[in-house]
Amino acid sequence: MADGSIGTPAIGASVRRREDYRFLTGQGTYTDDINRPGQVYAYILRSPHANARIGGIDTSAAASSPGVVAVFTGKDLEADGIGGLPCGWLINSKDGSPMAEPPHPVLVTDRVRHVGDHIAVVIAETLGQARDAAERIDIDYAVEPAVVDSVAALRPGAPLVWEQAPGNVCYDWHLGDSAAVETAIGKAARVVKLDLVNNRLVPNAMEPRAAIGEFNRATGEYTLYTTSQNPHVIRLLMGAFVLHIPEARLRVVAPDVGGGFGSKIYHYAEEAIVTWAAAKVRRPIKWTADRSESFMSDAHGRDHVTHVELALDADAKFLALKVSTLANMGAYLSTFSTCIPTYLYGTLLAGTYTTPAIYVETKAVFTNTVPVDAYRGAGRPEATFLLERIVDLAADELGIDPAELRRRNFIARDAFPYQTPVALQYDSGDYQTTLDMAMEAAGYAGFEARRREAAGRGKLRGIGIATYIEACGIAPSAVVGSLGARAGLFESAAVRVHPTGSVSILTGSHSHGQGHETTFAQLVSDHLGIPIDSIEIVHGDTAKIPYGMGTYGSRSLAVGGSAIIKAMDKVIAKGRKIAAHLLEAAEADIEFKDGEFTVAGTDRSKSLGEVALTAYVPHNFPHDELEPGLDETAFYDPKNFTFPSGAHIAEIEIDPDTGHLTVLNFTASDDFGRIVNPMIVAGQVHGGLAQGIGQALLEGCVYDTETGQLLTGSYNDYAMPRAADFPNFVLSTHVTLCTHNPLGVKGCGEAGAIGAPAAIANAIVDALKHLGVRHVEMPATPERLWRTIQEHQTRAAAD
Amino acid sequence: MQKTVSLTVNGKPATATVEGRTLLVQLLRENLGLTGTHVGCDTSQCGACVVHVDGEAIKACTLLAVQAEGRNVLTIEGVADGDTLHPMQEAFRNNHALQCGFCTPGMVMSALDLVKNNPKPTEKEVREYLEGNLCRCTGYHNIVLAIIEGATVMRGETPPVAPHGPAHGVAAE
Amino acid sequence: MYEFDYHRPTSLDDAAGRLSDEDAKLVAGGMTLIPTLKLRLAKPTQLIDLGALPGLTGITEDGDSVVIGGMTRHADVNRSEVVKRVVPALAAMAGLIGDPAVRNRGTIGGSIANNDPAADYPAGVVALNATVRTNKREIAADDFFTGLFETALEPGEIVTAVRFPKVAMANYQKFRNPASRYAIVGVFVARTSAGVRVAVTGAGASVFRVPAMEAALTASFTADAIKDIAIPDDGLNSDIHASAEYRAHLVTVMARRAVAACG
Repeated sequence: MADGSIGTPAIGASVRRREDYRFLTGQGTYTDDINRPGQVYAYILRSPHANARIGGIDTSAAASSPGVVAVFTGKDLEADGIGGLPCGWLINSKDGSPMAEPPHPVLVTDRVRHVGDHIAVVIAETLGQARDAAERIDIDYAVEPAVVDSVAALRPGAPLVWEQAPGNVCYDWHLGDSAAVETAIGKAARVVKLDLVNNRLVPNAMEPRAAIGEFNRATGEYTLYTTSQNPHVIRLLMGAFVLHIPEARLRVVAPDVGGGFGSKIYHYAEEAIVTWAAAKVRRPIKWTADRSESFMSDAHGRDHVTHVELALDADAKFLALKVSTLANMGAYLSTFSTCIPTYLYGTLLAGTYTTPAIYVETKAVFTNTVPVDAYRGAGRPEATFLLERIVDLAADELGIDPAELRRRNFIARDAFPYQTPVALQYDSGDYQTTLDMAMEAAGYAGFEARRREAAGRGKLRGIGIATYIEACGIAPSAVVGSLGARAGLFESAAVRVHPTGSVSILTGSHSHGQGHETTFAQLVSDHLGIPIDSIEIVHGDTAKIPYGMGTYGSRSLAVGGSAIIKAMDKVIAKGRKIAAHLLEAAEADIEFKDGEFTVAGTDRSKSLGEVALTAYVPHNFPHDELEPGLDETAFYDPKNFTFPSGAHIAEIEIDPDTGHLTVLNFTASDDFGRIVNPMIVAGQVHGGLAQGIGQALLEGCVYDTETGQLLTGSYNDYAMPRAADFPNFVLSTHVTLCTHNPLGVKGCGEAGAIGAPAAIANAIVDALKHLGVRHVEMPATPERLWRTIQEHQTRAAAD
Repeated sequence: MQKTVSLTVNGKPATATVEGRTLLVQLLRENLGLTGTHVGCDTSQCGACVVHVDGEAIKACTLLAVQAEGRNVLTIEGVADGDTLHPMQEAFRNNHALQCGFCTPGMVMSALDLVKNNPKPTEKEVREYLEGNLCRCTGYHNIVLAIIEGATVMRGETPPVAPHGPAHGVAAE
Repeated sequence: MYEFDYHRPTSLDDAAGRLSDEDAKLVAGGMTLIPTLKLRLAKPTQLIDLGALPGLTGITEDGDSVVIGGMTRHADVNRSEVVKRVVPALAAMAGLIGDPAVRNRGTIGGSIANNDPAADYPAGVVALNATVRTNKREIAADDFFTGLFETALEPGEIVTAVRFPKVAMANYQKFRNPASRYAIVGVFVARTSAGVRVAVTGAGASVFRVPAMEAALTASFTADAIKDIAIPDDGLNSDIHASAEYRAHLVTVMARRAVAACG
């Protein structure tokens, strides 16, 4: 492989992925591919009811079923003093009181609170036997009424999910200047208002979650193999808060992971169950979700109900934004659930605009549903959706082109750093340029001719713009700590230069599709001037890597990559001293470039490999000044978030006879800062767009409002996007560098999912606005579109 | 009821003792250790388990192991020629048609089935043929490009340069 | 899946005989049954695999009709030159079932014997006025599909073939469920020697004909002839994917399009 060899600029090249060979030949190692000697299988018995009191659990028949090794219930865990699953972020309400934080038991004992809630585990020689036996567990349920949506949960007399949370309210949070917003609304030339829903989604990484727990009696060590985006976080949460195992005796391995999208950040009950039970039965235990279990146990995403008001002056400049949101938390607080509809949402409401006054309040609500947590974008798609919808609605009401209204209100490219009224300070961006690029690529100027052509065929064509800003690489630790985070948000890296100059990078980031083994190697190749082939990227095993925070929130390159740079700089600094010694020159005269330490102005040099060999065979070595070895670790705590931004344009056509919608074109122009591997970045955008378009058109998690049953519990009912649902995407990038990390990178993993829903929704409303349509909820299914058209045609006829 | 199943997998004879309810995918993964074939759903829709049986793509999660008696099964592990990737696998790599890799084996097996039936598929035909294969990472964009490129190479033609630029060198941005 | 005894009989009589156990189930392609078993929604004692029975697969031309063996797979019907010539709309319909891997396993006999309310084949069998052959008798299409997952098949009766008469004009229009890919509504319109037939799947408990459309199309075989014929939504399926009202509307739209596509 010549990619990234010396002389090839490794940064900016579409280097083909090093991880692909194993995946393409069936040699990946996902958790369920691992089998441990003597392994037995766990099956989790889950609640069929949304809300029921448990009178008793009789496991005796199950325990004596063929092949059964053990059956455990919540009482067994209680007897061992096992704690509940912790929540990682404390949110305080407007009045300063802390959020209601009810327990989150690993296995419930007295009550189930959502369909899928965990009740018992059966461990048997085969999975079939475990499942057979689980059906013989007799549970005395007293079924009670359930509540599944946040509006209903707040009504007086609604079923109470937790006694600790009166009125089902977890917290009632706010951010911004309410008085300034009310004043601005009072003097505004126009106030545009909209009620909207951000639909609940099921993440659906293609690899279902799995976990293998193992206990070594001889050493007292536990090992957990799990489908996780952040093995150290799992080790900390499970070891310290749930199972009380010292970190030194708990190894967590997240091997190849088949997609995450947020859903594999959290610490889940099954991980604790198999780890704890492995010591009980003294055999390794494997649990693998089937897809039906995933639907009712993986954390869901979104699920907001929002009222938004935008005030504008006579020149259509935004004066104020007021947002009130109900966020459905589900029945329990998942690991990072509480920060999503607050600090990852309210802080983004300035978007790309100069709106001077913003006020947002979020009421988090418990319901009898699966917990809701971060899903690709996490708070930022919700913020972008309401903002870009209300901006389009304002444009329509004012008779201004949506692109022009945005132009008038963009933060100018020379206005950075820009302090928003909702806490964030943007470091860089150029929103007008990305919008111009997208409009050019999408043929925005020629759209009306295409609309007329479509109308001639009886089709309703629309075009929709969405601009977005996101905040990635959530940080700095000190700031998030003051806002309630119970974790640090740095990243770690170790750079281990081996004696002959090859390098192992141990990173706290985790790749579950992002291609770190390639992108990080490009960074190292560029920085150390060595071929990619001599660079190994190690991740995902707490026994190998330094304590790291993992991958989520588009943070890996901005935070994890920066940690690698920092560690490499330490290596170079030490190498310079060693080279100075070898070359009998002053350290200040040593330059490092393309893998060579050179005495400035001379041709005298030592390669990194020679320096490394000296470091490990330190015969001629400055022992007074240095320790042997060339192995450096760094922790990088960002100074700020990064702020990727961009503009997305969707062009769609609706068949009014059926409501069927076709996405004809989708254009995305994004600013991700410096781009290391354009091919991988494009792939990230494609995937995000598919999830965003999926949210807009296909996906929606539906519960029965009477029974609390999950009605979209399989791919028969939850519409996953397929290849034929999309056109080829048209992408471009524009670079403004991040000003506060060494790479100038911003992050690209979530952008597609953030911009796409609003772009599609705006295109739909554009196609239907001649009928008087102001808004269409997501997913805009054929029936919803058909009905919208019918109702407005009927209304128009009546008028 | 235990049954012994004898079949050919990737050109080699294989025998396994299974229950009546054992699926072909379980036989492959658990009895034969061929873990490249994945299970992504329980309703026969995601296609992560697609293998070829007697030369045709089927979902290994929807065939009983006992029904594979005497059949010739090809899994993702049998597609490459030694260490050399099959042109379709190479096209997936060249076009960045995989991210997490979980759906990839099924995608490749379906792609090969498509090309067998339609050696020169259009973009639309590829998208429609992938109806039974779900991917959550790629948005399908690069998978579609890869399959068209793979089909082109399999026809003995020279494909156009991949959209991400030549594999060995710098991308044209 | 619950455990069961698996049998692979080599004669129809043996297969039929095993059905004296009322908890035994036949498996043809298994594309519906195996997912059902995986979800533990059925608990058969025996699974009787029809895959080894002789004479149940294949497509033959018989005078003015085509005979399709009960174990013939959708992919084979879709690609068959004979079917494309005699009843091309049926070949096209077979290409819309499930996905390619499903079409490589699923069979015509399995599909019609299961009579899923959203399956495609029942619409084709009824609209094309086909005749279902079993190990015991022949059953006219109009008599075969009797209700939700119910057919005229008696215990011990196995579909061996379906005979489709040559058709002058026919077309099938399917509006897919975006999740399952089954028909939310599928309408098969055919101009047969027995007259115009319009069969609807997906909308009701079982496939049904639309006499008002058939009469209108008999008078004038044009899309316009049926554009104002609305079917009542009483008793139509209603679920999270489509209301009865929407399904009723789609029946007219799909029927119109099928007629238009007949050219």
